[in-house]
This record gives sequence, structure tokens and C-alpha cells, in this order.
Amino acid sequence: MIKIKNISKSFKGKQVLFDISGTLLKGKNNLIIGSSGTGKSVLLKNIVGLITPDQGDVKYNERSFIHGSEQDRKQIRREIGMLFQGGALFDSKNIEENVKFPLDILTDFSEEEKIDRVNFCLERVGLVNINKKMPSEISGGMKKRVGIARAIVNKPNYLFCDEPNSGLDPQTGIKIDNLIKEITSEYLITTVIVTHDMNSVIEMGDHIMFLLQGKKLWEGSNEEITKSDLKELNDFVFATQLMKQIYLR
Amino acid sequence: MRSLGKYFIFMRSLITRRETFRTYIKLITQECINVGYNSLFIVGIVSVFMGAVTTIQTAFNLVSPFIPDYVISLVVRDMAILELSPTIIAIIFAGKVGSSIAGELGTMRITEQIDALEVMGINSSSYLVLPKVVACVIMYPMLVILSIFLILLGGYLAGTITGILSSVDYLYGIRYEFIEFNITFAVIKALVFSFLISSISSYKGFFTTGGSLEVGQASTSAVTNSCIAVLLADYALAQLLMG
Repeated sequence: MIKIKNISKSFKGKQVLFDISGTLLKGKNNLIIGSSGTGKSVLLKNIVGLITPDQGDVKYNERSFIHGSEQDRKQIRREIGMLFQGGALFDSKNIEENVKFPLDILTDFSEEEKIDRVNFCLERVGLVNINKKMPSEISGGMKKRVGIARAIVNKPNYLFCDEPNSGLDPQTGIKIDNLIKEITSEYLITTVIVTHDMNSVIEMGDHIMFLLQGKKLWEGSNEEITKSDLKELNDFVFATQLMKQIYLR
Repeated sequence: MRSLGKYFIFMRSLITRRETFRTYIKLITQECINVGYNSLFIVGIVSVFMGAVTTIQTAFNLVSPFIPDYVISLVVRDMAILELSPTIIAIIFAGKVGSSIAGELGTMRITEQIDALEVMGINSSSYLVLPKVVACVIMYPMLVILSIFLILLGGYLAGTITGILSSVDYLYGIRYEFIEFNITFAVIKALVFSFLISSISSYKGFFTTGGSLEVGQASTSAVTNSCIAVLLADYALAQLLMG
């Protein structure tokens, strides 16, 4: 479980996050949603430590990530896997080396053990016989899958996904969503997903935080989101005709 | 001043939270190939032609019958050791290696590859930049030594083939009143210049923000700033060690 406590962040005098608190649940898909430019990715970067908040704290199972010791932070980082928006695969390494990289750096496994684990993870995300290909030789959807394989290779307790299905066709996007959902329940990890895709919200939003202009306006489940009376949330959820047709009949 | 402070903090980050020695050995070896071996061709061709042109131009200017021919190769030798090899090759090195470092790191930054390293708990600056700086500091002095030989070779070929001076005069000139400290001076220059080029280029690339346009700008800025730093350091070192 991850507890976010009063996170605020500003850049060059412009505040982008206002006193955000919340809890991200273990074994659940925790979604941070909101329109573009509302501070979702900034919040995610604060949670994983890529940005230091101006105030507040993030606690991983009661261990402070912001105010904790360097040793604590290092330990927490080892328990984190992250899927970036563009995959963030290392261009100079092939797929196998990319997925193996966290094991090379963070573990003392033998080469054989590492390769076994890499092959297992690649198979788990539905990719076989692409070990020796370079990132530039595979499609966007495959890059995301490789990104997921790399994120789970070191058996993380926390999985973070920054817009996992952006730039993908709807079918591939759903496949990626399903994969993340399966992995979350299979390994009982705390998954945090930043998205503005309503399909993802409905399909996999066990626990949802809605942000608007840097403030948390709503928190609940995918069942509750369509029944909320909050105007700003309804404007976001029912922005498309399809959603209106399905839920507002 | 703010950038300078940020640069020094960046330099300090290279040596804090380091990875294992074994990891660095592998990375440094790879970088040595990238910055050293892959620069051999351009350094070689530039050096040979600089030697040839310097010989011809020196001969053209030393027309007095009172000046012996071997002075031409003596001038070529001292120019090669003191300035052409360490400084001019440093400018070329900044153009080739510096822009490549800035471009590589800038691309890694905008495609979130550096963030991916940070999330894994790796000190990205130390992991990515330290091997590049160490490789440059190891390889560049070797390139300078090689360049000195190639300039002298280029001068020899141009001088003897065109009949400007005899082989005997040329070889006599390059040995005449040779000051060993000049080689030490060239190596000191090479160490300083390689550190400046690699660290400035890394700094420019590492803090790139934006998109592909900014990566290009970072590469250009890396080369420009490296060249200015090299020229300032060149003057400072000359004043300190020879003034």
C-alpha cells in the first residue's frame, strides 16, 4: 500500500499540485485520471521519486520515501517497476538486454538464471523469439510489452504505468490493459496507472483518483464513477458520445 | 554563474552513489572504443594533412638562405607537440565526440531512458556520464600522442616528396634541441581538454529538456562551449606552465 500525504509541487512559481493526499491499494489497479495538463504525470513522478515535492510525503508500507534515509529509498526503488509512456527502452541494447538490465544491476543471479527469468517475463507478456531484436525493430505495442516485461522482471511490489495505452490502437490498448490487470492480481502488486482513457477506467479501475488543475477532486471505484454527482467528473467521464450513450440512457 | 554551480553539482553527482567496479569496467571499455577507436580515422587524416600543410607553409615563409632547412621540421615538431595535436585535435574531438555525447544523453533524457534508470535506483549521471569522462581522459592523450607522430609523418612525406627538404634534414630537425617537457605539457593539455569536452558535453546533454529540436541545440551548444573552454584552458595552461 502507498500513502500519499499532502503533496504539493510548483515549477518556477507556478503551482501544479495542491495538497494531494490519498491511498493506493495493494493488489488493485489504482488509476490517476484527469484531462491533459492537470498534473497526473507530475504526481506519478513525485510518487516514484523522479521529482521531489515541495511539501508532503509518500509512504510505501509506512516507509517514508521522501524523508527516509538514502538506504530506505534505495530499497524502495528496488521494489518499483515502471512502464513509461514511450516504453523508454534503451536504444543501444537489444530486447533481451533491456529486460535483463534490472537483473544485471540489482541482483547477483547467474547469467543462466537471468536469461531464464527474461524469457519467462517476455513469454508472460506474449512475446517470443524477439530477444535479439533492437527496440527500433519492433512496434509501439511490442515496446510497451517489453517495457512491462522489464518492469516486472525483478518481481516488484509496486508497478507504475504512465499512460500505458497512449499511441496504441484500441485493440492493442485493451490487450495492454488486460495484461496489466492480470499481472496485478497474479502477483498481488500495487499498480498505479496514469491515464485519461475512459475504457481503461471502466475496465480496470479498482480504485480511481480524479485530478483537476492539480487538485484531487474525487476518489472511488469504477462502479461509483458513473454515478457521481460531481459536475467536473461527469464532464470528464461523459466527454464522448459513446460514454453518454452507454451510461446516460 | 548558476549554470556553473549546476555544472559543479553535476560533477559531484558522478562520484556519489556509484555502481559496482565491474559495471564501470564494462562501460568504460565500451566507451573507450566509442570515443577512442572510432575517432582514429578522423584524427589520423587531419593530423597527416596538418603536418603536410604546416611543412609546406613553414618552408614558404622561411626563405632566407641563412636559415637552415632543418628549422622547418623543428618548427613543425614544436607546433605539433605544443598546439596542433593537443588543441586543434581537441576542437575536432569536441565536434565528433562532444556532439555525440550530448546527442546521446539528450535523446535518452527526452525519451525517458534516464528516468527509467533513476526509477531502478541507479544514479543515472554516474552510470552514464562517468564512463564517458573516464574513457575520454584515457583515450584522448593517446590520440594526441598518435596525432603528433602522424603530423611529423605528414610533414616528412610532404617535405621529402616535394623536395622542400631532404630526409636527413627533416629527421635532424625533429631531434634538434628537443625539450622533453613539451611532451609532458601536451599530455597535461590533453588530460584537461578531454575532461572539459566530455564533462561539458555530458552536462549539456544530460539536462536537455523538450524534444528533438532541443537535442540538436544541446549538441551544438556542447561543441561551442567545449571549444571555448578548451581555448581558455589552452591559454591558462600556457601561462601557468610556460609563461
